[in-house]
Amino acid sequence: MPERTATIASRSGLHARPAALFAEAAGEQPVEVSIAMQGEPADDALDAASILSLMTLGAAKGDVVVLRAEGDGADAALDALVKLLETDLDAE
Amino acid sequence: MQNFQGVGVSPGRIIGSVRQMPKPVSEPPSGERLAADVSPEDAVAGLKAAAQAVHDELKGRADSASGDGKAVLEATALMAKDTMLLKSASKLIAAGSSAERAIWEAGASVSEMLHNLGGYMAERATDVLDVRARIVAELRGVSAPGIPASDTPFILVAEDLAPADTATLNPAVVQALVTSGGGPQSHTAIIARSLGLPAVVAAHGVDDIADGTEVYVDGAAGFVAVSPADEHRAAATAWAETSATLAEFDGNGTTADGHLVPLLANVGGAKDAVAAAALGAQGVGLFRTEFCFLERDTEPSVDEQAAAYKAVFDAFPGKKVVLRTLDAGADKPLPFLTDATEPNPALGVRGYRTDFTTPGVLERQLEAIARAASESEADVWVMAPMISTAAEAGRFASLCAAAGIQTPGVMVEVPSAALTAATVLREVGFASLGTNDLTQYAMAADRQLGPLAELNTPWQPAVLRLVQLTVEGAEQESSGREGSAKPVGVCGEAAADPALAVVLTGLGVTTLSMTARSLAAVGTVLKTVTLEQAQELATLALSAPSATEARDWVRAKLPVLEELGL
Repeated sequence: MPERTATIASRSGLHARPAALFAEAAGEQPVEVSIAMQGEPADDALDAASILSLMTLGAAKGDVVVLRAEGDGADAALDALVKLLETDLDAE
Repeated sequence: MQNFQGVGVSPGRIIGSVRQMPKPVSEPPSGERLAADVSPEDAVAGLKAAAQAVHDELKGRADSASGDGKAVLEATALMAKDTMLLKSASKLIAAGSSAERAIWEAGASVSEMLHNLGGYMAERATDVLDVRARIVAELRGVSAPGIPASDTPFILVAEDLAPADTATLNPAVVQALVTSGGGPQSHTAIIARSLGLPAVVAAHGVDDIADGTEVYVDGAAGFVAVSPADEHRAAATAWAETSATLAEFDGNGTTADGHLVPLLANVGGAKDAVAAAALGAQGVGLFRTEFCFLERDTEPSVDEQAAAYKAVFDAFPGKKVVLRTLDAGADKPLPFLTDATEPNPALGVRGYRTDFTTPGVLERQLEAIARAASESEADVWVMAPMISTAAEAGRFASLCAAAGIQTPGVMVEVPSAALTAATVLREVGFASLGTNDLTQYAMAADRQLGPLAELNTPWQPAVLRLVQLTVEGAEQESSGREGSAKPVGVCGEAAADPALAVVLTGLGVTTLSMTARSLAAVGTVLKTVTLEQAQELATLALSAPSATEARDWVRAKLPVLEELGL
């Protein structure tokens, strides 16, 4: 299964506005994308399109997360989402 | 024509169109099953459609909002169609639960999970509950809870408003507030006065006025008329003119003969303080510090508190700022300080009393206050809420002294403090009468209860007598030493009522503190009477057999009130 790691760049972590923007973007992808903290089993990964899941994940700035997806367009979807996570969305 | 009589709590005469506040969404009964003729698949599809509708509505509101409000609405909109929430509800539906009950339970468990995470996540827990209520309302086909979203101005009619409604109340759209419940000290009254909106509370029967009905509201007389007559139209037009002249206070609280009664503002944070200073407030008579603490799971640090206090002090350089230490408990619970299971929280561990059960919080707050005061130019006075005895006053004064605070004082809200004012004031430098709680305790009447509105007014002669006893206690205390009597101010909602402000002045109160919006009206009326006239009116009010007569007798002697529509 294709996967990518990304370091959270937003100052407030994956909360509030960054979480909303990321969840919305994940929901727009053609494939289902999961998110987990680095080092946690893939079975515990959460739905990246769920803002409530992202909030319970509690990823802070500098934390490394793993994104996974499968199917047509998975690589492109992951690349786009990694880029979003590595942008400081609070600065926009 | 149909008329309703309630209690006027915030002046203003206006004609507008009614919008009823939808009733809060009731909890679907525990164990409610899916109807026999609905398949789980259809129920899940129905739930998803309702969730999508709630999402779209919130998203639409987010698009027209700005700043922080926009971000919160965007996040809340996403929660409505969140996969985690909907999947957990779908599982419950598959097990036979009704869609309403399923989303209710799913929302509860997600909300609890967020609450347990603390911090920012805990603050979002209530948003999940709000979304859940909206989805249930959508499934039932009833209006979404909360203040109706509208671009056209309207008069809001509700059973009562909660503090949380303030955040969504847009004073540019809501023209007046009318409630069937609540009393003069209810949150509705406080919200209305702080926003300068005409308001009538405890107006029995207004719940039945249909949306879109044109009504006339007189927030001073407590009167609501359906199908306004010509005289009402004339009165509303006249108010539109006089209210403009009542918008500005010249910053000089005095009677006609030059007896000075500084008019101060009640504030809850830096934003309020800056606005109050702009409205001419001569200082702050009540700085509520709860804002620093509310909706938090843990105590804010001394640094954080000091910065927040300094921001308020800085709005009044060279002027008096009276800060009230943390007043948690009863209607302001705090998870780390108060016990939510008390059977009778108004008589429980609240205000200064939280120091009995959780020592340290007060001392750290005093440390933060002293630091902020030393870094600002305001004349900072500090008072404790809910003081009942001279011993408590003495202990508070020594805590203040230890922190380096020069002017300690007490709130007089508990009748025992008024009755023993001389000995209480021997321990501290000043007293401030909190008339809302003093009335509630003197009359043994919960301030939120509509049926007790008549008892719950500071016009009650018993309450006025307690004010007088406090002033007399201050005078008695000064007789044994050099110098004048220690100051006794009023910082309850009573001070914002221009007629009552005159009576309080006559009783010997030295400062009046109120919501900044009321400064101009109080200042204008105070300037029309001499101190001697105010004293006569105070004697008159004290001699009345009831609150209604006290108010009517005093108002009859102050024709300026009717002229100005106050």
